[in-house]
Amino acid sequence: MSNLPAYQELTANFDWSIAERELGYKPGGPINIGAMCSDRLCDLGLANKVALLWEDCQGNTKRFTYDDIRVLSNTIARFLCDLGIQPGERVCLFMDRVPELYIGFLGILKTGAVAQPLFSAFGEESLLVRLGDAGTSAIITQKKHVHKVRKIRGQLPKLRHIVVVDAGRAPLQECETSFQMDQAPRVEQFPVYPTTAESPSVLHYTSGTTGQPKGAQHVHYSLISQYLTAKWALDLRPDDIYWCNADPGWVTGTSYGIIGPWSNGITQVVLDSGFNAERWYGFMEKYRVTVWYSAPTAIRLLMKEGREVAQKHDLSSLRHLASVGEPLNPEAVIWSQQLFKKPFHDTFWQTETGCIVITNLPGMPIKPGSMGKPFPGITATVLDAKTYEPLNQPGVAGLIALRPGWPSQVRTYWNNETGFKAKFKNGWYLCGDRASIDADGYFWFMGRDDDVINTGGHLVGPFEIESALLGCPGVAESAAVAKPDPVNMEVVKAYVTLKPGFEGSDDLELEIMNHIRKRLSPLAMPQEIEFVDSLPKTRSGKIVRRILRCKEFNEPVGDLSTVMDD
Amino acid sequence: MDELTTVVRDYIIREYLEEGDDREITETTLLISGGIVDSFSMVSLKRFLEKKYSIRIPDADATPDAFDTVQRIAELVRRFQTVASSA
Repeated sequence: MSNLPAYQELTANFDWSIAERELGYKPGGPINIGAMCSDRLCDLGLANKVALLWEDCQGNTKRFTYDDIRVLSNTIARFLCDLGIQPGERVCLFMDRVPELYIGFLGILKTGAVAQPLFSAFGEESLLVRLGDAGTSAIITQKKHVHKVRKIRGQLPKLRHIVVVDAGRAPLQECETSFQMDQAPRVEQFPVYPTTAESPSVLHYTSGTTGQPKGAQHVHYSLISQYLTAKWALDLRPDDIYWCNADPGWVTGTSYGIIGPWSNGITQVVLDSGFNAERWYGFMEKYRVTVWYSAPTAIRLLMKEGREVAQKHDLSSLRHLASVGEPLNPEAVIWSQQLFKKPFHDTFWQTETGCIVITNLPGMPIKPGSMGKPFPGITATVLDAKTYEPLNQPGVAGLIALRPGWPSQVRTYWNNETGFKAKFKNGWYLCGDRASIDADGYFWFMGRDDDVINTGGHLVGPFEIESALLGCPGVAESAAVAKPDPVNMEVVKAYVTLKPGFEGSDDLELEIMNHIRKRLSPLAMPQEIEFVDSLPKTRSGKIVRRILRCKEFNEPVGDLSTVMDD
Repeated sequence: MDELTTVVRDYIIREYLEEGDDREITETTLLISGGIVDSFSMVSLKRFLEKKYSIRIPDADATPDAFDTVQRIAELVRRFQTVASSA
């Protein structure tokens, strides 16, 4: 049973000040996520409570109490201040899921600087675009990733410091500094920078249809909704052991892999390892995980490995399961109900929302395949695509839209206010997804409303892939589109025309795949390349990805009046 | 280490380890669960094996578990080489 009252009662009496009061925040006063997730918990008597239990793929373990993360985030904050990092400057975290990533995030925020987490599998081109746009001053990374930074260092004049957390005796280059968290003198007291509600906190890059990725800028007040949604939608309780699979290079990994659990004073576990069904189940059994926040792609990979692997383990500690990243198919809900005797609760949100906005709250009847209902305090609807007016017709698909004003709403796109303003129509924020609402108020996801590819729960922009494809030998033009996939929902497919003298072949296909994987990321790598003679274009010469996407999904292509005959 | 295992190992070192990443890759090093190759990158590794050894590995057999070590990958390739030669 959930500890929440009925949905109608929750929404009728809801006000975000509930979270403000619980967190001890006074409007107009200072609020700093770094301190709220560490110092505050120690002040509340939780200094000796375990905050983080960490394990890597070799079975090495580390344990940190709330006092440890308070002191160690102070230590990192002091180190950054000594380097000359100023409030408002961007400090990138570019690491695997090591403790320095989680604790460093709080340390950056304590200095008043802006944390810019980036997925460690990004190649140098993805890194260059994001660090260049943000004008990042410092990057904290690992020895295994520093070579990618070195390759682009000369193109980043604002990047003053490269901090390596595990350099050991490895030789470092100019502007590189070694910082080993467990060997640095512990800083017991640090004067936390007095950020206020609208002070910038986190910069997460997200992909769009056009142009390069956009830096979604969040503020310290986002804590208010991240705290409460973690408590209510993920049903976090004081004695929980919580596991969020997401990497903090993406928004789920920060909102619900750092801020949500630690602001609630929860013990969380982290597994720094790739996918392995046996290891994952063994990890949950070992640490007696009670709340598990995962993703449909991971769930489908587990389904593919078979239920026998799960049945070898005692997973009876699991109390609440939730999922995010893409629609959770009904089969996955039913599978978990049969295997774990409880369903996965789908949650919907995105980088720009900063927190869960539509969800199956604990205790609410789940309709398998549905996204659920708006979280209390969130006004959500679907709009007519032409008039941008709410449809108010059960079962009719429209654009998912939210009424602006919740605490963790993105405040702007870095260096791109125009792109940010374009996300609003008729007083609504447009998520870029389509859905319908049934007569009971449940939302049902239909798909993206643009050309962005949702692969494994991550958004990949076609423009970035197409730009990188131009750097491949022989590629004249290309179009990157989504292709349906049973595990990842969508994967990238590239249609490519070749320059004279080149011919499509298996060798060239593999060369292109590896080029994109290394330059951008494995997520952006086309899983299939089709060599074609020409691409569909408008009369003005713009490539029409929509036609290719429809072909992949076997959908009608609609109006072709603006497309050139070929 | 036989020739097949050496080819697979060398390809992984060349294509999947970052420049300067001096981790040793043996027949039993964990690749997928060790974070060296992820489930997306597995597709290009599978494509390499299919091309190099003129085999077809069905998606159902291309699981993270089957690709988790050089040894298991070599076993998988041998299995489908046998299938191809007996067809």
